[in-house]
Amino acid sequence: MSSENGKRLPETDAAGLNFEATELTLGLPGKSRVTSDGGAKLGSKRGFSETVDLSLGDKKDTNKLGQTQSQIDAREAAPGSKAQVVGWPPVRGYAKRGKKSCKYVKVAVDGAPYLRKVDLEMYNTYQQLLASLEDMFSCFTIRNFLNEKKMDQVNGIEYVPTYEDKDGDWMLVGDVPWQMFVESCKRIRLMKNTETVELAPRTPPKWSRRS
Amino acid sequence: MQKKRAYSFPDEVLEHVFSFIQSGKDRNAVSMVCKSWYEIERWCRRKVFIGNCYAVSPKMVIKRFPEVRSIELKGKPHFADFNLVPDGWGGYVLPWIVEMAGAYPWLEEIRLKRMVVTDESLELIAKSFKNFKVLVLFSCEGFSTDGLAAIAAGCKNLRELDLRESEVDDLSGHWLTHFPETCTSLVSLNISCLGSDEVSFSALERLVGRCPNLRSLRLNRAVSLDKIANILCLAPQLVDFGTGNYTTELQPDVLSNLTAAFSSCKELKSLSGFWDVVPAYLPALYPVCSRLTSLNLSYATIHSPEIIKLVSHCPSLQRLLVLDYIEDSGLEALASSCKDLQELRVFPSDPFGVEPNVSLTEKGLVSVSLGCPKLQSVLYFCRQMTNAALVTIAQNCPNFTRFRLCIIEPKTADYLTREPLDVGFGAIVEHCKDLRRLSLSGLLTDRVFEYIGTYAKKLEMLSVAFAGDSDLGLHHVLSGCESLRKLEIRDCPFGDKAILANAAKLETMRSLWMSSCTVSFGACKLLGQKMHRLNVEVIDETEPPCSRPESCPVDKLYVYRSISGPRSDMPPFVWTMDEEGTILH
Repeated sequence: MSSENGKRLPETDAAGLNFEATELTLGLPGKSRVTSDGGAKLGSKRGFSETVDLSLGDKKDTNKLGQTQSQIDAREAAPGSKAQVVGWPPVRGYAKRGKKSCKYVKVAVDGAPYLRKVDLEMYNTYQQLLASLEDMFSCFTIRNFLNEKKMDQVNGIEYVPTYEDKDGDWMLVGDVPWQMFVESCKRIRLMKNTETVELAPRTPPKWSRRS
Repeated sequence: MQKKRAYSFPDEVLEHVFSFIQSGKDRNAVSMVCKSWYEIERWCRRKVFIGNCYAVSPKMVIKRFPEVRSIELKGKPHFADFNLVPDGWGGYVLPWIVEMAGAYPWLEEIRLKRMVVTDESLELIAKSFKNFKVLVLFSCEGFSTDGLAAIAAGCKNLRELDLRESEVDDLSGHWLTHFPETCTSLVSLNISCLGSDEVSFSALERLVGRCPNLRSLRLNRAVSLDKIANILCLAPQLVDFGTGNYTTELQPDVLSNLTAAFSSCKELKSLSGFWDVVPAYLPALYPVCSRLTSLNLSYATIHSPEIIKLVSHCPSLQRLLVLDYIEDSGLEALASSCKDLQELRVFPSDPFGVEPNVSLTEKGLVSVSLGCPKLQSVLYFCRQMTNAALVTIAQNCPNFTRFRLCIIEPKTADYLTREPLDVGFGAIVEHCKDLRRLSLSGLLTDRVFEYIGTYAKKLEMLSVAFAGDSDLGLHHVLSGCESLRKLEIRDCPFGDKAILANAAKLETMRSLWMSSCTVSFGACKLLGQKMHRLNVEVIDETEPPCSRPESCPVDKLYVYRSISGPRSDMPPFVWTMDEEGTILH
């Protein structure tokens, strides 16, 4: 590669655009990174941006969630998995690969005479799911394991979100990365706080390396 | 002396000669010889391919080619596959169907990719084209099983219904019962994308049973393994088969029935499906493995030992799609068993995980490049790479036509030398003179683009992410890649200068996509004003670009050539500049 022959841009191109103001400073490849605009505008939308604070109960349009946020939600991502950049890695329809395209699971609440169904595909994080469950069963409060936050207790009873996975084990919601949860969750049960002593968070082998 | 008219054949003779010319490119060349050839050719063109549905209007197509029988249209840009194009952006097929319903009553084939297809469109197709035969909806969305029912009921001579990778609103499995008992013409049925709801299985069985020409059948995940043996026995002439889920309760007869069923399929060359695989049932495939040329295991969560066992039974394999569970060891086995391999795609089983969950590295790809001399097309997701490996791969495989490498973590350097991967990709473009498609990843400077601009003369499509240092990088590509048709870029420091300096180049390409780069709104306006045959679309969902200073970078930019001017179906978050500099919305 002859890096000595720097390329010169044409003064104007066929369309007659004026390039005085847009003259490139040409340097040898591999030199220090001097960008055309001095790097002033870089960075704000590159790769991993700031997190977005999703407060519980916030009514965002879930249809646009994957698309309006070009920023990532590092805090909402389950522990051990990285903050996700929109559209990266470029896996086509990853949500569908290895999963059903419309993931309805039944939600039962201890003490409630009815069941509800939620479509897990509608959510991208645990926060969104729990917010939605809270709406659905609005007379209860749900203990949020991720943030260790306790919501206002309306009638003094706390419910712990649990789910049954593919192997038939009952797990605490929030223990595994979101995608893994969606893939393995068969149904959800909001248990009364007193019943959850028997459950222990299971740490899948690949996460055991974290401190 | 009397002047003799050159080529004084009667029109019918010319038309007959032209009928042997099928390719669109050749037909275009024919039409440019002289006016009379243009006229004759346009009346006998039967097949039209439109790579960007907004490049031309339906009326224009119909006016020039009045007797079309087969049309193919593509809508959204490729990055729509990765959620970078907001919902509602466009790509609606209905206006095309409406125009063609009137102009092409004898239309037989519609093939669409990344378009929005409504039930209304499907109903209109079923009503308007009496001899309709082929419907392919590749990565489309917007329709439900109601629309499919209309197609099934209305298209008496339907040969092909292929819904590959489309998003279908699965309202009911009963749409299949709408195929009349008199329908025996099906050759290809692909419903693999349908959701978890059961398709009416008895209707499916009856349909398969009465279509003796059925060659390709791809089922959806809801069909369980125990049902497959029945289907195969009804259609032993199948050449291409997609299973449903490959699991069922362990029962004594299932394996033997399944093995017998596969044995009866003497023509079977291609297999796919394999959701939820129970490895104990894989040996049922052994009777067909020696003839298999194409195997898609990309949904199969089986691990390296099982994959190796299966693949070592398939010496004729030309195409393999698999998850990275295959690991380096499996790829080594592949390299020694499958000497005819032409295409390999390795997908990540855990793309969002932080740590690697499998032992798949650059070594696997090197093994395959060494062992498979016919390898032409690669899509490879991994977590580490070296320049040395890429150079070796390039030297082993000078025949690459498609090379797409995705190192999962952006800006990953050569893990041995800590250098950018410029030299490695440079070797790819230098050695692979027929390379038509390239996707880059890892740590890359402007240098890699210099290599690409210098060597990649046949390159038609380039995908770039998190790469480059300056506008010079983009300039190298736009000024050097003579065959470039599609360029898609995200998160790179490329801005105004390269775009404006190469504005004329953009008219020789189908399209340019740039998102999260540094192209200013002012430059977009200028481009739109000066280049009348380009549509310059700015996409921004947060706020209108004109509410900010013109020097601010736009969020997303999509530029494409068009002879029908700005489109009229833009949603609120898309702006385009017309000739007078007005911002249309």
